[in-house]
Amino acid sequence: MNRGLFRGRGLQIYTWLVIAWLVVPIAVMILFGFNDTRGRFNTTWQGFTFKWYGQLFEIGDLTQALVNSLLIAVLTMVIAGVLGSLIGLALGRYRFRGAALLTLVMFAAISCAEIVMGASLHSLFITLGVPEGFPTIVVAHVMFSISFVAVTVRARVMTLDTSLEEAARDLGANTWETFRLVTLPMIFPGVLAGSMLAFALSIDDFVITNFTAGSTVTFPLWIWGVTRVGIPPQVNVMGTLIFAGGLLIAVGNIIAARRRRA
Amino acid sequence: MTEIQAGPGAAASAAPGSQQTPAIELDNVVKEYTSHGEVVRAVKGVSLAITEGEFFSLLGPSGCGKTTSMRMIAGFEDPTQGVVRLHGQDVTSVAPNKRDVNMVFQSYALFPHMSVWENVAFGLKRKKVESAEIQRRVGEILEVVDLTGREKRRPREMSGGQQQRVALARALVNRPRALLLDEPLGALDLKLRQAMQIELKRIQRDVGITFVYVTHDQGEALTMSDRIAVMNDGLVDQLAAPREIYERPATKFVAGFIGTSNLLSGSVDKVNGSTAVLALGPSDRILAPVEESVSVGETLELTVRPEKITISTGQPEGDLSVVQGTVSEVVYLGTSNSYAVVLADGAEITVFQQNAHDSTITAERGDTVWLSWQPQHSYVLR
Repeated sequence: MNRGLFRGRGLQIYTWLVIAWLVVPIAVMILFGFNDTRGRFNTTWQGFTFKWYGQLFEIGDLTQALVNSLLIAVLTMVIAGVLGSLIGLALGRYRFRGAALLTLVMFAAISCAEIVMGASLHSLFITLGVPEGFPTIVVAHVMFSISFVAVTVRARVMTLDTSLEEAARDLGANTWETFRLVTLPMIFPGVLAGSMLAFALSIDDFVITNFTAGSTVTFPLWIWGVTRVGIPPQVNVMGTLIFAGGLLIAVGNIIAARRRRA
Repeated sequence: MTEIQAGPGAAASAAPGSQQTPAIELDNVVKEYTSHGEVVRAVKGVSLAITEGEFFSLLGPSGCGKTTSMRMIAGFEDPTQGVVRLHGQDVTSVAPNKRDVNMVFQSYALFPHMSVWENVAFGLKRKKVESAEIQRRVGEILEVVDLTGREKRRPREMSGGQQQRVALARALVNRPRALLLDEPLGALDLKLRQAMQIELKRIQRDVGITFVYVTHDQGEALTMSDRIAVMNDGLVDQLAAPREIYERPATKFVAGFIGTSNLLSGSVDKVNGSTAVLALGPSDRILAPVEESVSVGETLELTVRPEKITISTGQPEGDLSVVQGTVSEVVYLGTSNSYAVVLADGAEITVFQQNAHDSTITAERGDTVWLSWQPQHSYVLR
């Protein structure tokens, strides 16, 4: 290995290449949201425009798909956030019969191929005679994201000093007050991180959604459907806005963390 | 310093040992755990009565059951057998949040997401004390622990000693009938620990609340306590005042655990009234006071504290216990010299000699010396 190359400029160039590799696809997506395209295909640069931002909600089906996706993601975040946190709390705090099995099942759900999970959920819903649609998508999304929440919260719970809860009890707090005033605030960063992970997993899920959606169309399903006839620039704009939303949350989190430390 | 009012009945004047309902009573308490299918007996039948206003220590090595005993008083552990009483009331199955005692945890267990003020006010808010009263009492107790002006700080922004005082204030502000302290000074360095020992004792005198103090540090227990229960292997070996425990250890374990002590054993040669004479080597004799009827030929075990022994190069005169030995080690300790002397039967005796007048060493390594002590300083062990 040429140490000099990696020590000097070589490392810098390599670093920038990696960053470019990560950023370029996103930059292209954002850029083509400003493309003044005339044909059906938004693939060649034809001039700068803001008009797609103005006509963002002109395509009714796309808007409906985005609304569906956002609704499903929020529901998933809340349901998986609450249920997953409770699982994480139980696993991190108590020893009980079946705890090892539960952990195994959770990691199985995390590592299971999406295509397998989607196919089996599809046949399950058919076997049970459950009509597929919006509710089955939510059920499926909660199912695959709940393990991520549980694992995140469990990690947080395990760092928690149990004497904090004992101190609360000792000072006269009942079980509910102890949870509300001490346990929950202490594990909240884990709950928040897990819930946001559930939101992120849900909003862009395609494979499992495709198997469980019935006739309901979500944002990723709609895009997949129009790929062959041409993706309208509105998709780029919506993608840009979702990305910007995520970025804002991330930056906000960093600033908040710095303030807390200061 | 503000004097704060103690809880009802917690009269500071209540002398330990006076005839009244004990503040805390453990009545033949047993605690068993099941660990990997095996039953572990952490506490094997402890009975003790702690008097109102007393500074009471549970002293013992780790695993002796002292912390488990305290946790049963606080309500965090349910006894397998026996009864826990607070002021005469059976609280064996009462939840910790319903018991009128507060605890200072070894790790302090301060709520990291709350300020000092919120930490201290936590207990009063749970009891729905009105907010003007909370303001007043939190302010008062912070003054007692010398933390006025730090109300808005977070626990992690404070030093170990300050955190310790917040933990103390958080418990004391509730005016509990008794305060339980679980090795509260364990995490502090030596200087701070010694300062806090004096501080704790002062606070206890000021507030007049019963303190139950768990420690493995015999120095700490001797310094602060009115009475000490020395625990060993799930049982109380001795329950007495510090002086009594040091001077008259009830068992071999207590003698070895508290301070340095020399263990000797020998058979009784003759009995002169209340003094037994034990023969060791040819020119040795040990005089020991005995209470029970001791018969000639019986083997006795006894202990002598190192500071009671005089070391000399000539044979001492008088009615003393006298043994002869060889110096195997001399250590200069500043305020004293420490000698290790090996006797004819192989037993090693430690002797402390104060450097009161000059720091001349009486004997060197390898010298033959005489050790002597007053008969009453031989203490026969059960």
